[in-house]
Amino acid sequence: MSKNEASSDAPENIPFMQRVLDSPFLLLFLGVTIPTVFYTLWGVMEIASIPIAK
Amino acid sequence: MTTVDVAAGQAVAGRQAQFRSCPFTGLRVDLAAQKLIIANAVAAVIFLAVGGLFGLLVALTRWPAVHLLPAELFYLVLTGHGANVLLFWIIFFEIAVLYFASAVLLNSRLATPKLGWLAFILMVVGAVMANVAVLQGDSTVMFTSYPPMKAAPHFYLGLILFAVGALVGVGIFFATLVIAKEERTYEGSIPLVTFGALTAAIIAVYTIASGAIILIPTFLWSVGLIGTIDPLMYKVVWWGMGHASQQINVSAHVALWYAIAALTVGAQPLSEKVSRTAFFLYILFLQLASAHHLLVEPGISSEWKIFNTSYAMYLAVLGSMIHGLTVPGSIEAAQRRNGFTKGAFEWLRKAPWGNPAFAGMFLSLVMFGFIGGISGVVLGTEQINLLMHNTLYVPGHFHGTVVAGTTLAFMAATYLVLPLIFQREVAFPRLAKIQPYLFGIGAAGISLFMMGAGTLGIPRRHWDMTLADASMPYEFSAAAFLMMGLNGVFAVLAALGGIIYIVVVVASALGGKKVDASRPAWQFPVTSAAGANVAKYGSHGTVKLPGTIILVGVFFVAFMLYYYVNWKYLSAVWPLR
Repeated sequence: MSKNEASSDAPENIPFMQRVLDSPFLLLFLGVTIPTVFYTLWGVMEIASIPIAK
Repeated sequence: MTTVDVAAGQAVAGRQAQFRSCPFTGLRVDLAAQKLIIANAVAAVIFLAVGGLFGLLVALTRWPAVHLLPAELFYLVLTGHGANVLLFWIIFFEIAVLYFASAVLLNSRLATPKLGWLAFILMVVGAVMANVAVLQGDSTVMFTSYPPMKAAPHFYLGLILFAVGALVGVGIFFATLVIAKEERTYEGSIPLVTFGALTAAIIAVYTIASGAIILIPTFLWSVGLIGTIDPLMYKVVWWGMGHASQQINVSAHVALWYAIAALTVGAQPLSEKVSRTAFFLYILFLQLASAHHLLVEPGISSEWKIFNTSYAMYLAVLGSMIHGLTVPGSIEAAQRRNGFTKGAFEWLRKAPWGNPAFAGMFLSLVMFGFIGGISGVVLGTEQINLLMHNTLYVPGHFHGTVVAGTTLAFMAATYLVLPLIFQREVAFPRLAKIQPYLFGIGAAGISLFMMGAGTLGIPRRHWDMTLADASMPYEFSAAAFLMMGLNGVFAVLAALGGIIYIVVVVASALGGKKVDASRPAWQFPVTSAAGANVAKYGSHGTVKLPGTIILVGVFFVAFMLYYYVNWKYLSAVWPLR
């Protein structure tokens, strides 16, 4: 690998979004957290807050 | 002469990995990964055969002129059909895809093959246990298993064991990504097909976690350790598994569309950035579409429903529409590079339609978009969802996504897996050539006629559309009966395609000739640069795609017309006077 190629691969030269997409565990965090918050937790909280019939 | 050479064992940390070099793609294949891919693919096909048989019995019972099974047996078979085809067939195959997309495409060794076998055994034991519970007749709770219907404890335990095994398999995929990066078996970013598999794996983690959260207490309830399960709470968490598991399918089959296009016509992604962004939209938003099953539930706010469907889901749909442009676009670009440049559609006319891998992939792409995709958006819109919620339209929709989309794509991929991984020629090639068309047309018919029947009000899951034993009789229109008759006819057609698939796969795997790279008569060859196209990061970088633009235009017109028709229909249901 030439010196220029090596420098073009340096982390600071890789676009931000590509670094995000190259990070499987960051993607895993996002892909689990977002549905957990917006679908599961929000949905469960709404159900839990339904008043119990007397 | 065999087509492969087993490379000398390579000492690596942890185990002695043995590789062979694939003579068609040039990829290095870890033999431990290969064995696990074969085992999971074989298990997938076995459960497809079982689930497909159950499905045929369901369709023959819903066919009014046949009405094959009594009610008890119908619901038993319906339960088995759902579990076998929506979970076992699909997830076994997806685990095979994950091992292929990580170890094979990244030229890497597979992480912890022994754990892979443990995962496989757990999945087999779980799937068999759930099937036994269903066949014993005391677990007829259907795929959704809503409380207060209670199945036998070993039904839930089987599903839990299966899910744990699948989660271990997904963990091995992530571990293999880490190993491949550490050992520098690839350069730069992972290939797009592997990125699609990563998307599927991420969704699988959320899916399996949701399943564990709800199925473990349900299991404890079934053995009497918990008093009650709140039905609405169950529905919310269960659909985090039930619908999200189908989003694993979407990500996996889109990844396979790119893979098959690369292997059969030499396609490269039009733009890695654009296709990855589409997968990224899946990672962020696709699971939220689970909410469309709960759009008529009281007790959950409109804010929750509308955010999860009409906002977040549309962003995931945007991802699908991007793939709907870039997959055929990449095929057109490759075909034009291959010399098919006349007019707008020579690239499509002269595509390898006799290759079942390509034919199945393209039919899957078209039918997933036009049938499963458009109907999914309609079902996900809170207002027009009311027209067909809990009608037969819903199974019509997901037969468009899971059968015409995912299953057909997985079948298409099998015609490449047989020579490249099993190292066997495809048996009965003439039958194999017609198989995707038979199955695809059958699946499309099933989807469309169930959607039609649902639009006319036929409820989903009901054993008898004449409602003969109902205390409040109701007579559906003659058109609805016609729809269900046609559904039966097309189900038989799809079953025929499914049987041919099983016969071809079993005959190839057990008695097929060993593939021979030097023999030009290999029926369904891959392109010369297949390995470079499927396993490297890189874009074709063209936008001169007149044929694809026309096809996408047709799709948008169909989409808008159908969407408009449903709003128009809604206005007729509740006229403002």
